[in-house]
Amino acid sequence: MAASTTVRTILLSPRGGLSAIVLAIVIICALFAPLIAPYAYDIQSLRNANLDPSWKNWMGTDEFGRDLLSRIIYGARTSLSVAITAISISVAAGMTLGAMAAYFGGTFDRIVTAAVDLTWSFPEILIALILIAIMGPGLNSTMIAISIAYLAQFTRLTRAQIMALKNETYIEATRNLGAGHTHIIFRHLLPNALTPVIVAGMLATGDAIILEATLGFFGLGAQPPTPSWGAMMSSGTAQIFIAPWIIIFPGLAIAITVIAINLFGDAVIEALDIRNRLRDS
Amino acid sequence: MALLTVSNLSVSIGRLKPLDGISFEIGKGEIVGVVGESGSGKSLTAMSVMGLLPLIGGKISAGTISFDGIALTGLAEPAYRALRGRRIALISQNPMTSLDPIIRIGAQIDQVSMLHLGLAESAAKARSIELMQQLRIPDAATIYDNYPHQLSGGMKQRIVIAMALAADPDLIIADEPTTALDVTIQAQIIQIMVELVRDRCLSLMLITHDMGVVAQACDRVVVLYAGRVAESNSIDAIFAEPRHPYTRELIRCIPRHGQIPGSLTGIPGAVPSVLDYPSGCRFHPRCAQAFELCSHNVPVLEQKGSGLAACHLSEVVHA
Amino acid sequence: MLNFLLKRLVLLIPVFLVVSIIIFMIIHLVPGDPIDSIVQIGSTPEQKAELTAKYGLDKPLVIQYVIWFGKMMTGDLGEAIILRQPVSSLIAQNLPHSLILGTLALVFSTIVGIATGAIAAICKDSWIDRTVMGLILLGSTVPSFWLGLLMILLFAVQLGWFPVSGARSWSALVLPVLTIGLGGVALVARVTRVAMMDISRRDFVMMLHAKGVPAWRINLQHILRHAMLPVVTILSLRIGWILGGAVTIEYVFARPGLGSLLITSLNQRDYPVVQGCLLMLAIAVMLGTLLGDVVQAAMDPRVRERTS
Repeated sequence: MAASTTVRTILLSPRGGLSAIVLAIVIICALFAPLIAPYAYDIQSLRNANLDPSWKNWMGTDEFGRDLLSRIIYGARTSLSVAITAISISVAAGMTLGAMAAYFGGTFDRIVTAAVDLTWSFPEILIALILIAIMGPGLNSTMIAISIAYLAQFTRLTRAQIMALKNETYIEATRNLGAGHTHIIFRHLLPNALTPVIVAGMLATGDAIILEATLGFFGLGAQPPTPSWGAMMSSGTAQIFIAPWIIIFPGLAIAITVIAINLFGDAVIEALDIRNRLRDS
Repeated sequence: MALLTVSNLSVSIGRLKPLDGISFEIGKGEIVGVVGESGSGKSLTAMSVMGLLPLIGGKISAGTISFDGIALTGLAEPAYRALRGRRIALISQNPMTSLDPIIRIGAQIDQVSMLHLGLAESAAKARSIELMQQLRIPDAATIYDNYPHQLSGGMKQRIVIAMALAADPDLIIADEPTTALDVTIQAQIIQIMVELVRDRCLSLMLITHDMGVVAQACDRVVVLYAGRVAESNSIDAIFAEPRHPYTRELIRCIPRHGQIPGSLTGIPGAVPSVLDYPSGCRFHPRCAQAFELCSHNVPVLEQKGSGLAACHLSEVVHA
Repeated sequence: MLNFLLKRLVLLIPVFLVVSIIIFMIIHLVPGDPIDSIVQIGSTPEQKAELTAKYGLDKPLVIQYVIWFGKMMTGDLGEAIILRQPVSSLIAQNLPHSLILGTLALVFSTIVGIATGAIAAICKDSWIDRTVMGLILLGSTVPSFWLGLLMILLFAVQLGWFPVSGARSWSALVLPVLTIGLGGVALVARVTRVAMMDISRRDFVMMLHAKGVPAWRINLQHILRHAMLPVVTILSLRIGWILGGAVTIEYVFARPGLGSLLITSLNQRDYPVVQGCLLMLAIAVMLGTLLGDVVQAAMDPRVRERTS
């Protein structure tokens, strides 16, 4: 299907269109936070602590009097940048490993498969915690931890795709017609294997946002004063009786973003009709 | 009165109409063969009689089916369910997949007699083992505890036959019971089935694409082509004097003793797809004797000699 | 059956070794002197050297690992820096809480998930099906700790039905179990629904209809039983997920347990405890997966005969 028709199908479907709008809003918030946010995220004013949502502060203020809406807008930056970077690294590394393992086979393949199977049954959060134990808390550690936690998934998926394609008759035919290895890998194997992995990456970004927020909630993510949705909720638990919105709004932001990502990913899967190719993961 | 009467039955699936005005009868204790190539609507006929069309998204759009005086068309589901397995039993064509893989063989046969005859577990078990022995399953008591995947195709089909016989039905519908089996076993299974049916004076609707099987086992034959009845008659009559060109072709294709190796022939052309049925007589594109009228007028199934045939030709067509 | 179990256990050994090596290496991979990760900082260089020798940190890594492994097998996991208790007793105090939470959550997920998925499958394409699956989608995409906080907000703070935190009573278990469980329900329900719809199209189901078996019995006694197989498969693959959920939720609800112990000690840089907790959690994941495999084999005779 031509790229432009696919894009149009996705955007015109109710799921695809709605989620695309939501995601656009989130991305704009992340990119243009300083321009959009009504206040700076770190202006403290203990006089104004724990205020209810009002016309001055649409989402109220937190325990230090900081405007919650602004912090949430800036928080989009943290969440999105960590998640997108981490998953991009993971996808790139996973595709390389998976493709190499599938194409070269042998001992290398066996080692890679064993490593993937090992990590497979462990929840991502556990892997991330082990890595943070080693690297210490912080934005960068979170990013690296998340990318490693999802590495197994993309390696496995890519490997499965390439293995399936390797044996397709048309590859044989192409080889028989005299095509070289590079030509086969880049013009036939990778482009076909690319799509499901990219889409899986898209969906994993949603999970990664939740993982980043969870780590932030534990206090292991981006350190203050950098606003992060997870950390905001964590400090908000102390105010749960007097200012519940400190917990509600950041969580809502996460939920809406992740739901939008999932719906968008679903729309893409349907438009491209690759549901069965993703079944492995 | 015939045990089963199918009268002008038409079946539709969505916008398609794979069965178009089928009529035939099966009498008590009769073995009737329903013959045709794949795509002629034989299995759909079986599903219609069993009332299982909704499972495949189909429905009866015209005509009636009556069984022992009971009108099956329009019968309420609970009443229909009481008949299925109890008075009308089905043997389907996929022995490999007809049995539940995670339940033991014996239990699956017991299920029928417990459900329909109200037998207790031990009585059902005894009955099942007896049936298995009648079907010449060696070491029935051990096989009783086996799982389906431990049996061969032929054995599995015998189990399915046992399930069909368990509640003492009046009519058995066997939908291509041997197609999925090894050639060497096919004759065995047919023979056992026919023996048991005759012993119990049951009626059998034997659906097959193999005229040779029909010759071996049946009293009467109904020949289907592309959703319509081409011809129906008693076995001897139809082989002696086939009245429809299609029947003649089917008979010609039966491999014969002493036939020169490599001289097996088929019928030229292919069964038309339900999406694109020819006009008039649906067989006319493949018929050597087709003439002008055949592509315009649908032939009516009418008395020709001792049986019924739907063909515009008036003389007997010899084999 | 026993054969199967033994074979599986043997396969787990290399996994356990690799995991234990990784966990062992934590204190050596953390920047700084390994000794600082084990005892409180603020010792003079001489004291450090003494302690390094005392804890055997000057020996070659491999030897250290072997010693550590040996100690671990006998239950000696070192001493916590902050609380100065043996790590093993800290774990012993906290483990039961996590086990109860995890098990109840698993049971909840399974039962509610199967029931929900079955209802959706049986009423497929109706408004019931769509509503149920829509709710499921929502439930699975919200972060679990937010869900937990919302639960506390609604049921504990506003309605006052349950305690806000802690583990002082049985009612304190309800909200945490519900939170973890609802996440699992989504997964189980989805798998059950798809499986049941797939299975109902199979030949043997048609045969059951032909035998005159009533639809409700076909659904419950046959189709559901078959659907259990993919459900158990997915649960045994994802059992680690329940543990991950437990870790988070224990922290949210301030319940004692391996999870909150782990997070607290991570924040405090109490590495011996961190190592102990991670080890226990890893073992739990492996045993859970093994249990899932065994249940699968018990349910499907064909699995028993597969050698891999």
